[in-house]
Amino acid sequence: MKLYTRQRHRVLQIVTKLVIPFVLLFALYVQFHGDYGPGGGFQAGVIFAAAFILHGLIFGMQRTRRVITPTALRILMALGVLIYLGTGIVSMLLGANLLDYNALASDPKHGQHWGIFAVELGVGVTVMAVMISLFYSFASKR
Amino acid sequence: MISDQLPALVIVIPMLAAPLCVLVRKPIVCWAIALVANFLVVLSAWALFEKVREDGVIRYALGGWAAPTGIEYYVDMMNATMLLLVSFISCVTLVYAYKSVSKTVLTSKHYLFYAAWMLCLTGLLGISITGDAFNVFVFLEISSLSMYMLIAFGTDRRALTASFRYLIMGSIGASFILIGIGFLYAATGALNMVDLAQRIPDAESQRAVLVAFSFLTIGLMIKSAVFPLHGWLANAYQHSPIAVTAFLAGTATKVSLYVLLRFFFSIFGPDYSFGAMLLNVVLLPAAVAGFVLLSLVAIFQSDLRRMLAYSSVAQIGYIIAAFCLASQSGLTAGIVHIINHGIIKTALFMSVGCILYKVGHTHSHSLDNLMQKMPLTVTAFILSGLGLIGVPLTVGFVSKFSLISAAMERGWWMVGALVLLSSLFAIVYIGRVVEIMLFRKSRTETPAPVGRSEAPLMMLVPMYVLIGISIWFGVSGSTTLSVAADAAAALLGGYQ
Repeated sequence: MKLYTRQRHRVLQIVTKLVIPFVLLFALYVQFHGDYGPGGGFQAGVIFAAAFILHGLIFGMQRTRRVITPTALRILMALGVLIYLGTGIVSMLLGANLLDYNALASDPKHGQHWGIFAVELGVGVTVMAVMISLFYSFASKR
Repeated sequence: MISDQLPALVIVIPMLAAPLCVLVRKPIVCWAIALVANFLVVLSAWALFEKVREDGVIRYALGGWAAPTGIEYYVDMMNATMLLLVSFISCVTLVYAYKSVSKTVLTSKHYLFYAAWMLCLTGLLGISITGDAFNVFVFLEISSLSMYMLIAFGTDRRALTASFRYLIMGSIGASFILIGIGFLYAATGALNMVDLAQRIPDAESQRAVLVAFSFLTIGLMIKSAVFPLHGWLANAYQHSPIAVTAFLAGTATKVSLYVLLRFFFSIFGPDYSFGAMLLNVVLLPAAVAGFVLLSLVAIFQSDLRRMLAYSSVAQIGYIIAAFCLASQSGLTAGIVHIINHGIIKTALFMSVGCILYKVGHTHSHSLDNLMQKMPLTVTAFILSGLGLIGVPLTVGFVSKFSLISAAMERGWWMVGALVLLSSLFAIVYIGRVVEIMLFRKSRTETPAPVGRSEAPLMMLVPMYVLIGISIWFGVSGSTTLSVAADAAAALLGGYQ
């Protein structure tokens, strides 16, 4: 059974394959638990990116680039900012000030919840994309 | 309803345009998005300006959190003027940028260029509008980082060094500002500017306030390129794409000067900064040495862009000297010169950009007989050059006259005399170039066949729009003077 072209780091490669899903899951936990406990978009984005960076370190940049291309990262970066700003604009359209989450739901508490949820999602996406593209640009030879 | 949201719109629109540019990626569409966004910002800034002029100060609570807790946008006459100036100059330069950028910047990078431009605009407008000291730093970083990127788009490889040098200097300046803000926070427990202004006089540790004051002074002097700390400016202006130079010259240092005004006058108060702390002793010699020496240095520059860059530092010297007077008339002169210099320097760099576009270089020695080749561009250069010198009926005259009369009012005869001396230097450095362009015969044996080869209309029209405005402001000086006087009164009156 031939799994990988580079056979030298078999142990590392298999352990990495086992670890990555948990890292991603933990990132999602930190992301979506951020409004109750410690965590939030920034930390979650970094953890999420760490999974990809680990993949890049073990399997080589070529394979990671196929998983998530630099172009996709640029799009994600912009998308995160748009999610953040979009939340602010929705609150403006609902007649409140920019980023006033109270207006997002009938109950101000729920509104705050939804607002922080959306904004943190935007932060998470952008931070993740920026982290990975920093890794790409420092690690690639070009 | 929309009029209540104007302060937020000014920031949100360009910030929205930046990621859209990254998503779209097609150069012309990106440019169109940026231009439409910028135009909307100009409209909002104009509406805000009119509103502040009629109803007085506008305070906007971001996120619905009221002032001392949350971040607020605080707009008085001073901010409103800056917002209008910055957004307008950016809009005009953006129209101009399309042609010159498509000639010099790689097509595949255009979308990043316009995205960076929009982020830079967001940062500059954010600095101008916010009423929160820490927010100033955040927006300062947004504008600076995107500015380093814009400078690095220059064709020359030296653009990278220039950008890196600016990055080092700018980061030092920004961290000094941050340390200053940190000390203020430690001393008073407040970040809101209005709150800070109230709490500083009875802060427990006046020494922390003093440290904050010193750090802020140095940081802002680096950021606004006041004479001994202007090292980054000349290279950055010379090697960045010319549209960026025009944009920076009109906005970036001006916004830093605005922050300086805001901190020294509104937050610390003129009695503290110019009375107790004797800021005059530090700033005035730097300013005077700046405008005399760098006007002199500008004379010996053979590259037009470098010459104008040094002249910019000299003009910043005039503005700082005017601030040092710390009087209503002095501040009025300074603010008027911020507006006027922003407009004429942008127009001058635009005309140099047209020369660069057609001739391919900006070495003044080999621009002989340019008048026959590019009459419109050269006329624009002469008209705005006259404004820089300060010939009557131009904007330069309005600002220099008000500066000299404010200095006389205070009894600072030497300053007035030195302003006149450096204006003489300005006649030399502008006149030298004009002489070459108009009268010098071609030195080559067989002069190249002279044909009209003017820059494209898309570059000429924005340039002439600015020149038209500068002539209007020069002929009817009271338009800008009254706005500047209102702004000065808002600064000296402190926060209500």
